[in-house]
Amino acid sequence: MTAINRFFAGNTGPVLTVIAAIIAIWYVGAVFMNAPFQRDIFKRADTQYTTAQLITETMRQERPVLPAPHQVAVEIWKTTAQKNITSKRSLVFHSWVTLSSTLLGFLMGTVLGIAIAVGIVHSRTLDKSLMPWIITSQTIPILAVAPMIIVVLAAIGVKGLVPKAIISTYLSFFPVAVGMVKGLRSPDVMHLDLMRTWSASPAQTYWKLRWPSSLPFLFASMKVAVAISLVGAIVGELPTGAIAGLGARMLNGSYYGQTILIWSALIAAAFLAAILVALIGVIGKIVTARMGAPAQ
Amino acid sequence: MLEAWGGYGAKIEASMTEAAAVSSPVITASDLSLTFQTNDGPVHALADIDLAIQPGEFVSLIGPSGCGKTTLLRVIADLEQPTKGALTVNGVSAHDARMARAYGYVFQAAALFPWRTIAKNVSLPLEVMSYSAKDRAERVARTLDLVDLTGFEKKYPWQLSGGMQQRASIARALAFDPDLLLMDEPFGALDEIVRDHLNEQLLKLWARTKKTIVFVTHSIPEAVFLSTRIIVMSPRPGRIHDVIDCNLPSDRTLDIRETPEFLKLAHRVRDGLRAGHSYEDQDEGSDLR
Repeated sequence: MTAINRFFAGNTGPVLTVIAAIIAIWYVGAVFMNAPFQRDIFKRADTQYTTAQLITETMRQERPVLPAPHQVAVEIWKTTAQKNITSKRSLVFHSWVTLSSTLLGFLMGTVLGIAIAVGIVHSRTLDKSLMPWIITSQTIPILAVAPMIIVVLAAIGVKGLVPKAIISTYLSFFPVAVGMVKGLRSPDVMHLDLMRTWSASPAQTYWKLRWPSSLPFLFASMKVAVAISLVGAIVGELPTGAIAGLGARMLNGSYYGQTILIWSALIAAAFLAAILVALIGVIGKIVTARMGAPAQ
Repeated sequence: MLEAWGGYGAKIEASMTEAAAVSSPVITASDLSLTFQTNDGPVHALADIDLAIQPGEFVSLIGPSGCGKTTLLRVIADLEQPTKGALTVNGVSAHDARMARAYGYVFQAAALFPWRTIAKNVSLPLEVMSYSAKDRAERVARTLDLVDLTGFEKKYPWQLSGGMQQRASIARALAFDPDLLLMDEPFGALDEIVRDHLNEQLLKLWARTKKTIVFVTHSIPEAVFLSTRIIVMSPRPGRIHDVIDCNLPSDRTLDIRETPEFLKLAHRVRDGLRAGHSYEDQDEGSDLR
């Protein structure tokens, strides 16, 4: 009893409960969505069938409307553990292609976001002139911009990783810029006044006060940025007929109606995003702990 | 450590006598006024302030909220600009004095940097002023000893009580050894027991270092206990209502607060506050820093 209590006191119990609920709903959904097609098959073959047979068969279709969880799991297992990771059929290979442009785009986006924030915080002119454009940039649908970026860059000879990374950058600089503007402005008036009483230079005020104050904001916005970078990389693969990457995998799946393939790529993307966000979270915790924040 | 401070004190005393010889005041203000332009019209924070503070004095600015006592301190610190009048700090303009790091400033809140240890907090102004690492370590140890915080170097601010944090912030203000200390209700946020204790400590620290201290407070006993001179201010416009000399014995302890001399001074301060305040019992609303 106490073991069960302890199990549910931590994160494990609640998380597993939610996962179990999602899988259950998913199975029910799979049965209902695949049933009409399955009935059709039975009817055409003139087969008599029981409800149990119908349910079993809905989870065994080759191109289901909604694949059952175990079908996706088997597909993921086949394309990860049972394939050489350099193979074009390996999900690990495709994930790596997407991950590499995600990370490059995220890195560029973070640097760009910080640079913009520093500019905005230190210059009134930039504050007035830049912010509206930054917000406008995010109102343009990325699906409309992505092909143009890829095509324009290809025309000047930039291909492969970089164009996709630039789409990630385009998406990820925004949360970092907004978060860092807030973070760099977060120091207490008293702390800023203290720096003035010591006639500190702007650079000193920046490095000794503004930058350390902004770090919690930086990590919070980096979590958003890394997830959105992944979305950017996938979107960058979609309209361009990319041959590798999770986006290419999804596109392939949709060409050939291979829903199981699409779903396994989706799950891989979600898993990748979760790992990236968690990683940023851990780094953020380590940094704030080293900065002497009280233990949570 | 104490020996080190003895030598240090002697050095200060020497420079004090020099200063006394020419007897130039640390702070002079003449006809000083500051008007804030707000959406509700101009607010006269300070009007016609005339003031001279001599080296080694402990001057308290006392008054109700909105009398401009903090504003006056901030003007001296060059954190606000006066709209009229002249002000000198150490014989130069407030701006030049700030650039020359003429004063240490202590706020009502300790305002320690939460990501720095106590030692690192005290060493921050020294880093800003490019002291050498060796010099920094020495000064941090010396000032922490002065405020009785030796042994807490590696603690973070949140690990210390409010009173200890405020002592650390005083150490920080003293670390670069300015001759002038500006304190803005430094003990206002602390409970009375801690406050009494810190008052005694501050008095000893002042006696030992012979610094000039300008101290903002709204506590009458605190002002009378600490000061050589009390400036009673009245609000709207913020101006000097009364100046009271306190010549209590320098070896005083908190017990002096029971003596007739002390009570007489306290009474005079209270009268001054009441007189300056009486005409505006109706609008206690807006609170000016």
